[in-house]
Amino acid sequence: MRNNLFLVLLLLPLTLFAETAEERGLAIAVEAERRDTGFSDFQATMGMKLRNKHGEESNRHMRTTALEVENDGDKTLIIFDRPRDVKGTAMLTFSHKSGQDDQWLYLPALKRVKRISSRNKSGPFMGSEFAYEDLASQEVEKYSYKFLREEQLDGIDMLVSERDPVDPSSGYTYQVVWIDKAEYRPFKIDFYDRKKTLLKTLTLTGYQQYLGQYWRAGTMSMINHQTGKSTVLSWKDYKFRTGLKTSDFTRNSLKRAK
Amino acid sequence: MRQLLPLLLALPLSLSAGEWSSEITFEGRLFTEEALSDAQSDSNLSVAFETEFYHDWDDGKQSITFTPFIRWDQQDEARSHTDIRELMWLYAAEEWELQAGLGRVFWGITEAIHLVDIINQTDLVESPDGEQKLGQPMVKLSLEREIGIFDLFILPGFRERTFPGEDGRLRSHPHVDGDQANYESSDEARHIDLALRWSHSLGDWEVGLSHFYGTSRDPRFQLATDNSQPVLTPYYDLIHQTGLDIQATLGDLLWKLEAISRRGQGEQYIAAAGGFEGTLVGIFDSNADLGLIAEYLYDDRNKEAPTPFQNDLFLALRWTANDEQSLEILGGVILDLDSDARVLNLEASRRLGEDWKASLQGRFWQQIPISDAGYGMSRDDYIEVTLRRYF
Repeated sequence: MRNNLFLVLLLLPLTLFAETAEERGLAIAVEAERRDTGFSDFQATMGMKLRNKHGEESNRHMRTTALEVENDGDKTLIIFDRPRDVKGTAMLTFSHKSGQDDQWLYLPALKRVKRISSRNKSGPFMGSEFAYEDLASQEVEKYSYKFLREEQLDGIDMLVSERDPVDPSSGYTYQVVWIDKAEYRPFKIDFYDRKKTLLKTLTLTGYQQYLGQYWRAGTMSMINHQTGKSTVLSWKDYKFRTGLKTSDFTRNSLKRAK
Repeated sequence: MRQLLPLLLALPLSLSAGEWSSEITFEGRLFTEEALSDAQSDSNLSVAFETEFYHDWDDGKQSITFTPFIRWDQQDEARSHTDIRELMWLYAAEEWELQAGLGRVFWGITEAIHLVDIINQTDLVESPDGEQKLGQPMVKLSLEREIGIFDLFILPGFRERTFPGEDGRLRSHPHVDGDQANYESSDEARHIDLALRWSHSLGDWEVGLSHFYGTSRDPRFQLATDNSQPVLTPYYDLIHQTGLDIQATLGDLLWKLEAISRRGQGEQYIAAAGGFEGTLVGIFDSNADLGLIAEYLYDDRNKEAPTPFQNDLFLALRWTANDEQSLEILGGVILDLDSDARVLNLEASRRLGEDWKASLQGRFWQQIPISDAGYGMSRDDYIEVTLRRYF
């Protein structure tokens, strides 16, 4: 026992310096999550502009509310306003750190709440270039990490890591994430498809800080390199700590959502 | 009761402050076979308008929803009709909600038929699939507890089912004369019905258990005459119906079961529907999804069942493009396992720009034996085009 302890003490300084790329990648993700913990709840509106390669545009409008859950993923509710044929449709998600998320869809024409499979995460969200998984609550546990390098992006010091989705039903083999060194905010994500080919790039701009702590991007632009299509997602009217409760994220509240 | 006064005071204010959303639907139908009756036509045009007014106040705790509906039909007087789909006041507290007015409630999980769903009457003139419902007068109390949601319903006043008139297609032969409806209850349409439902999400499982006591939404039929012409008249029994619905969401697959036991409409009987729904995401390296649904439909009254779905198999494919215009194509078939009878349903829809939606539908009844409950529609194969504008 004493021998082992001695060995550990001897090796300790060495291991501290010899942090592997995996450990550093994970440490960056954990730090980013730590800085974003404690917001309690928020609400915001989402506007989406879809553009195909001929330049034709269509619009989406949604409202979202989210509740932070201690030791698990967030609960989120998305209400669709536009296009008008889906107005009143709402989606409730209980995301989990491990295992599948729970998801319910409310169909207003039939007044029907339908439990759906959250496995179908790789599909496009509302016909946009965002997949459902791109908009889901980003828990540390959902990826494995590898730190790649430090570099500058538009003059800002960045930490660049690769992250691999743990869930085999993800549409991606891996993503490369640029996080700024100062505030641990994502500025750019490259998504690689199942053939490990670059599929999409997400660029996050217009960061604003809320409650003196929580940073949120105002604009998220997704470009699909393979189809030439793009989607610009604009976040507006962010409000934090609005007093939302667990009872605002139930099947009954999903039916009430307007 | 204390809530009523603020409600009345708030009403005029809310009508000016609320939000309206409307849709107008243009529909054309072509029937591809000669009708069974001379009174029926081979084509039809129809227009429907629905608008919804919604307003909430009291920090979102209270709301009112008003949804009138009107349809004009070229051929069938009975299909030209109006309804108040919803006129509902809602009060939502943290762990309970109270609703009063006219409204729509859906129970259940299966796709082919909705056995457990019983609160609302079917607006059958709208569509032969029975998915459209009439607004039901109700007081509903919903309690949210750790062990699930408990819904209690008092349903004062019964809505009679709508039936296509003599000039309409997609009807029985002879046609149903709704004006001659008879009731088991001496209170007739004023009988107060009661319902109770418990539902719960337990991990991957969704479970619902319900009981209904009151006037059956689907009638039995009696032969009678109207101006010395033979007609069918509806007879509404008083029934007890217990329903169970279970869905297990296991990985990619949704496993579903609905079952009912009904007492008071002839012999007690059991009916059930069960199967699965799965989705293949991003097939052929595209953005499209392919959904597969298979359900078995059972009724223990067998051949005596007044439903065509007593020993049937429902199979469907749903192709979703996931594109900007939400193109969707659905193909389904119901196969009667006791005969060669089958009903085919094909549907396609997409958005046109931001505010229009177009859909194309075809329904075909094939080899329906004269003994089948669906025989009346065996010559009513049709193709329907609808164009809907939202504003």
